[in-house]
Amino acid sequence: MKNIFATRTGIIVVGAVIGIGAALLQYFGNPPNMGICVACFERDIAGALGLHRAEVVQYLRPEIMGFVLGAFAAALFAGEYKPRGGSSPLIRFFLGIFAMLGALVFLGCPWRTLLRLAGGDGNAILGLVGLVFGIFIGVLLLKNGFSLGRSYPQRKASGWIFPALMVGLFLLLVFQVSFTPGGPIFSSVKGPGSQHAPIIISIIAGLIIGALAQRSRFCTMGAFRDMILIRDFHLVSGVAALLVFAFVMNLILGQFKPGFEGQPIAHTDHLWNFLGMTLAGLAFVLAGGCPGRQLFLSGEGDMDAAIFAMGMIVGAAFAHNFAIASSPKGVAAFGPAAVIIGLIFCLVIGFTQRDKIVA
Amino acid sequence: MSTKQIDARGLSCPQPVVLVDRALADGNADLEILVDNEVARENVSRLIKRRGLKVDISQNGADIIIRTAKS
Repeated sequence: MKNIFATRTGIIVVGAVIGIGAALLQYFGNPPNMGICVACFERDIAGALGLHRAEVVQYLRPEIMGFVLGAFAAALFAGEYKPRGGSSPLIRFFLGIFAMLGALVFLGCPWRTLLRLAGGDGNAILGLVGLVFGIFIGVLLLKNGFSLGRSYPQRKASGWIFPALMVGLFLLLVFQVSFTPGGPIFSSVKGPGSQHAPIIISIIAGLIIGALAQRSRFCTMGAFRDMILIRDFHLVSGVAALLVFAFVMNLILGQFKPGFEGQPIAHTDHLWNFLGMTLAGLAFVLAGGCPGRQLFLSGEGDMDAAIFAMGMIVGAAFAHNFAIASSPKGVAAFGPAAVIIGLIFCLVIGFTQRDKIVA
Repeated sequence: MSTKQIDARGLSCPQPVVLVDRALADGNADLEILVDNEVARENVSRLIKRRGLKVDISQNGADIIIRTAKS
């Protein structure tokens, strides 16, 4: 069976669906310029579980669960469900942590970077340039022989763990479970965490995007990486479609507001917007995928990608517990230090993890 | 020149692509690449075609064998 989504037209259609879907999710209640943000939504999940106590960003986001489960279903259907793992899991866990710290200093993953741009947020330009710069550094390391080593096939059942976790989280959301009085599961009553589309819309959007992205291999990091590394413009055409269609939908829905000051859930510290996403971009290259792609891979049974995603959730908890995550008021006290430590970590990993692959 | 073999099984993209690109850049047009997932097959095939060569794909159990052929 030919995979039509792996064609140029396919990837453009998928990018367009994500762009339109994100703008619509904002229209139905998700936070402004945050129709879909994998980093932000994993952060909200960390908050809902009580791993951090930032009251404004706590909600079990069904989009994340939909991404994993949609990709899981699509992979099963296409015969691509292959549990695998064992490629430097601990390193990937820490790459996930630092990717999240960088993303939360900027306030967004690559998807939200594009959505912020499509909503008129000029600060996203700095984030996008930082992201590409981080990916550029990662490409140099790849050319230098960087590798986290091979993964190996795992038993069929092990690949179910992450999708099963997502089902569990979804049930906690639907049944509004409360474990102790005043305790988790938390759900924000104000702030971005309180802004969300109806559960049914969010989960369906997540499932559709998850399935399409699994088939098409949509990846924002991969888009820029392939462009720099091998002059391949396949994936980037999907990214361009996401940006253009989100922009057009924002114009139609009256959600386009150009400028730098007073943008929703954003700050204007250009240096740390840039460096935050440099760190995130570098960590994504070393781990082999943007946060969205890591979720789709997790659905396919890639346990290394699932470890990265768990690292991001833990990283989000650190970010809010240790005053690293930025806020609309600006960069937090320990944000810059965390970014510098993260860049050092990634560079050390980048230079030390080299395979002598006998080809 | 004899066929150069590249074992890219278990490697996540872009590493299979990097290995093949390097081999092609070194002047090896006669390659036999082993991969074990669809994404690597798609990416490696796309690269080889963009370098002006044809691809011949066969399956051996869980492994996918990609051979280059002059167009």
